[in-house]
Amino acid sequence: MTTTTAAKPVAKPATMAQALGRAMRDAMAEDPTVHVMGEDVGTLGGVFRITDGLAKEFGDDRCTDTPLAEAGILGAAVGMAMYGLRPVVEMQFDAFAYPAFEQLISHVAKMRNRTRGAMPLPITIRVPYGGGIGGVEHHCDSSEAYYVATPGLTVVTPATVEDAYGLLRASIASDDPVIFLEPKRLYWSKADWSPESPAAVPGIGKALVRRAGTSATLITYGPSLPVCLEAAEAAREEGWDLEVVDLRSLVPFDEETVVASVRRTGRAVVVHEAGGFGGPGAEIAARVTERCFHHLEAPVLRVTGFDIPYPPPMLEKHHLPGVDRILDTVARLQWEN
Amino acid sequence: MTVQELPGAGASHRFTPPAWSPRTDAAPLLPDPEPYRVLGTPAADGLDPELMRRCYAELVRGRRYNAQATALTKQGRLAVYPSTVGQEACEIAAAMVLEERDWLFPSYRDTLAAVARGLDPVQALTLLRGDWHTGYDPREHRIAPLSTPLATQLPHAVGLAHAARLRGDDVVALAMVGDGGTSEGDFHEAMNFAAVWQAPVVFLVQNNGFAISVPLAKQTAAPTLAHKAVGYGMPGRLVDGNDIAAMHEVLSEAVRRARAGGGPTMIEAVTYRMEAHTNADDATRYRSDAEVEAWKAHDPVALLERELTARGLLDAEGIQVAKDAADAMAAALRDGMNADPVLDPMDLFAHVYEEQTDRLREQAEMLRAELEAGNE
Ligand SMILES: Cc1ncc(C[n+]2csc(CCOP(=O)(O)OP(=O)(O)O)c2C)c(N)n1
Repeated sequence: MTTTTAAKPVAKPATMAQALGRAMRDAMAEDPTVHVMGEDVGTLGGVFRITDGLAKEFGDDRCTDTPLAEAGILGAAVGMAMYGLRPVVEMQFDAFAYPAFEQLISHVAKMRNRTRGAMPLPITIRVPYGGGIGGVEHHCDSSEAYYVATPGLTVVTPATVEDAYGLLRASIASDDPVIFLEPKRLYWSKADWSPESPAAVPGIGKALVRRAGTSATLITYGPSLPVCLEAAEAAREEGWDLEVVDLRSLVPFDEETVVASVRRTGRAVVVHEAGGFGGPGAEIAARVTERCFHHLEAPVLRVTGFDIPYPPPMLEKHHLPGVDRILDTVARLQWEN
Repeated sequence: MTVQELPGAGASHRFTPPAWSPRTDAAPLLPDPEPYRVLGTPAADGLDPELMRRCYAELVRGRRYNAQATALTKQGRLAVYPSTVGQEACEIAAAMVLEERDWLFPSYRDTLAAVARGLDPVQALTLLRGDWHTGYDPREHRIAPLSTPLATQLPHAVGLAHAARLRGDDVVALAMVGDGGTSEGDFHEAMNFAAVWQAPVVFLVQNNGFAISVPLAKQTAAPTLAHKAVGYGMPGRLVDGNDIAAMHEVLSEAVRRARAGGGPTMIEAVTYRMEAHTNADDATRYRSDAEVEAWKAHDPVALLERELTARGLLDAEGIQVAKDAADAMAAALRDGMNADPVLDPMDLFAHVYEEQTDRLREQAEMLRAELEAGNE
């Protein structure tokens, strides 16, 4: 047994927003090729203040307010990455990344493949996504299905303060393009966290059991994790002991952790905000069925957003998967009385 | 096939271009070096008093509308409001120069232009209140939905104007965009289409100094935004956006030109956003109070009031009449917004497809059951 003598830095409450900013700051300090760019990321620090202070510390060339043009931003990042830089791009909101999709799909996702590995693109694309903040039209899309359907992209989404830091550092360090989905309604969620010695977190491609249980597994990610944890607590009253798996990474997908959990519990529900039809849950349910067929006591069910354009703020509470809808679905898992 | 075998390659590859004739009208396409002004210049002698009094009443109403909407955000009645204080002359002139059959394509900031066109203010603010994405029937008012993704409404305006022309209607589309929006690809594509098709479109760029926090100098290296028009082959006009007389004149001219088959015009209105980007923004991070103060001296409402008063076209009574009308509008807006909107959650499924899919029917049933269980 070893004992560490170094004083442990005190963990203070930090928000996910602060952890994300710190991740970029530390990456920039360590590696001069890391560049942050996007709309309003400089002087303003981004509309969510995630990049606050970076321009001041590293200068306008390392943290750049670009012209207002998402295709231009991402296209320029492609060229920068081709020349050896590691751009970290901020898309201001989920729905405003769409002008950049041509660049994303035709170039960012395919460059390594087209060049037989000669030209990887280490670009991190940060996209604040999802609803639940009362935002107007075009500010709340859950766009993950588009990204996960595009081969060549890594897609990750943190749900905790630690992961926000750890996964963003790992994304910036990755030589592949990463879509880094930031659940914007968790930006102000807090945890005791020390920026001086951030706890090591498992890297990209690893799911985590956030709550152990025996009755059924809730498989989720990003903004729906806290909802699932709350549902799992509430489920105790019904006599269900729910396990909650946080995927953390949609591509690559950690099949082993998910499969192991479902084999233990025999029942599974996938929960996400994106629409169900063709959503990530469809893929996950199919894989779980393939791998766990003989362990399953019930079909894999899904709780997702409706298959509608994102609703106006006053109606979003009906659309977003909440605790009650999750519990109602768990109740349908063919329990014997 | 090798290069040699390509048709036209080999000995005869020396291509003689057809005689090239440069455009003879390049010079008139170039914008004025200074923003065009009327108020406070000799050109003001020719003002139409009746028109200017109407402009004044509209400006006062517009200022009051902005104040009321901002107050509603503080009371939590509006989720968010992008103010047009300081930009009222652009918003109002844009609405005034259009005929009923013409179309307005506003951006998310341009609710005032929609209101000046006659839309009920509550309907104009529905998007920002949060009860539905578009609070009006665009066909009824000939106002396209307020566009939040920047510059994306510009190609729509071109398409609509082109279609109207194909159908033999002399309809003009006026599309509004901010200075930041001119960097988007959609802006360039819309300008190019409009010029190639000679579509009856007017592009109104409100250069209010900033795109959220980013100043114009970081948005473009062109001498002015109006210069961009030249490259597409349409005139670019540089106008003082706080001078409603100049705005009205230049916009009317562009609309006339478009209607007469003369093609598109791009107008850069130089103005200033006096308030923050929205109530959620902190403008002190990117601009100085001194800059804002300096622009106060060039306020669009005060500019016209000064001109009209000096010319004896407006007196204390006229000012009071305009103020009373504005107050009445504000009171109606306040009342309209204080009533809680009655929302039917089933509307979520009502407008996705013409015929509801089975999947949506199932989801609607699920929500209905939840709502009924919740009401017990
Ligand atoms: C495609 C797209 N990207 C980003 C945004 C986020 N956004 C909203 S307003 C704004 C600034 C717009 O500036 P400008 O075009 O100058 O218009 P203004 O707000 O000054 O009227 C930005 C970046 C958006 N709405 N659409």
